[in-house]
Amino acid sequence: MATRTIIPFGPQHPVLPEPVHLKLSVDDEVITEAIPALGYVHRGLEKLVEIRDYNHMIQVVERVCGICSMIHAMVFCQGLEEMMDVEVPPRAKYLRVIWSELHRLHSHLLWLGLFADSFGFESLFMQFWKIREKVMDINEATAGNRIIVSVNVVGGVRRDLTPEQMRWILSELIGIEKEIKRLTTTILDDYTVKRRTVGKGVVTAAQAHELGLVGPTLRGSGIAQDCRLLKYAAFPDLDFEPVVEPDGDCYCRTKVRFREALQCIDLVRQAIAKIPEGELAAKVKGRPEGEIVTRVEQPRGELVYYIKGNGKKNLDRLRIRTPTFANLPALLVMLPGMYLSDVPVIVLSIDPCISCTER
Amino acid sequence: MFKMTPTILRNFFIKRATRRYPYVVRQPFEGYRGELYNDIEDCTFCTVCAVKCPSQCIKVDRKTGDWSCDPFACVFCGICMEACTAKCLHMKSTYRPVTAQRVMIALKGDPKKKPKKGAEECPIPETEAAS
Repeated sequence: MATRTIIPFGPQHPVLPEPVHLKLSVDDEVITEAIPALGYVHRGLEKLVEIRDYNHMIQVVERVCGICSMIHAMVFCQGLEEMMDVEVPPRAKYLRVIWSELHRLHSHLLWLGLFADSFGFESLFMQFWKIREKVMDINEATAGNRIIVSVNVVGGVRRDLTPEQMRWILSELIGIEKEIKRLTTTILDDYTVKRRTVGKGVVTAAQAHELGLVGPTLRGSGIAQDCRLLKYAAFPDLDFEPVVEPDGDCYCRTKVRFREALQCIDLVRQAIAKIPEGELAAKVKGRPEGEIVTRVEQPRGELVYYIKGNGKKNLDRLRIRTPTFANLPALLVMLPGMYLSDVPVIVLSIDPCISCTER
Repeated sequence: MFKMTPTILRNFFIKRATRRYPYVVRQPFEGYRGELYNDIEDCTFCTVCAVKCPSQCIKVDRKTGDWSCDPFACVFCGICMEACTAKCLHMKSTYRPVTAQRVMIALKGDPKKKPKKGAEECPIPETEAAS
């Protein structure tokens, strides 16, 4: 006789890099309902705007996410620049694209590794992280740190790339691309991987649209929405199309992220080829006044910042809507009907970044 | 699993991806933001570093000539180094060594000496150090 049980998944679980709690109602081995709960790593970073200078806040918002720090700082600076009518020099825009795409590349490689680990394929996990280490080295050599690159300031960037560094990045990218492509058959064609991912956690395009999903989770359901098409930084000058896969299951989300990793390499190459000479940062006068909503594409999806300034050194309000916050409701649709053993794979397939979500 | 076999076999014949740390240590990249240090002889105690520091880890007393930094609060952003008017702040390209004790970097200089050329027109910033 079937019995209904409630099983807690997380906040501490071997497959979860960060704490999120899921209350799973289980009928035998089949999940009937999933209720996510957050609040284990809230840090109150938004409140800091009231006591910190807005320039100091750049270093704070960089620490909202431990993986795509550069993109958080970029969107914060972008919002302040728009409020203060600062025109960012073209070279700074290209440099922002280069570092943000390197961050997207290493984030996707990190996720591909963690995802392989979630279904027990540890040697594939190590292969992806081996490649990621080279991207980390590029960040460290060019920006001075592996993750928290600290390159953004209001008005531009703080660091420049020399022609030698650009040549070195291009030569490293050749090796990185070759190594990623070598793993194509393993992650996309392997029988074991397909058995664990194909048809698991399906979200249809209509459901994805209704739930307001973002990023690769949305593109994996067949909707071509990418915030880079909003033409921020130097993206209007670069040639790319959003990566879209139609089926909406874990396999399609893997495919989107895998193809996007290769797209990042292409975008870095394009940016290096087109980068103009010029200044790194524009002079900034005055203090932010008014309110603004600004958004960019993070590795996990659309990142929204609401900034309200009052003409003083401290801001009135900062609100950060991270992509995982938008993607968590997808679990309510993905998990029911699946087996308990598929939960780690499905939960990781939305690329949850919990510290980021709780700020 | 079989699709992975060529990669696994290849790994037997290529260079190791890891190092035998601590016996083999990779040299730091040039421009890495490591430990902060101050050439106190050149310091003009203008307090720009203390005002610009996002983690508020630097304290400067321009009357007594005390310059101190809490290395445990420092976030290694390098902003103080760029803002330094006397160009006396630098960052090493190595990490701060691990320590079991909490130590402050406390330096004492002479605030009355004539500042170096270039630092003479150093603007005195607003003393707006937030808590």
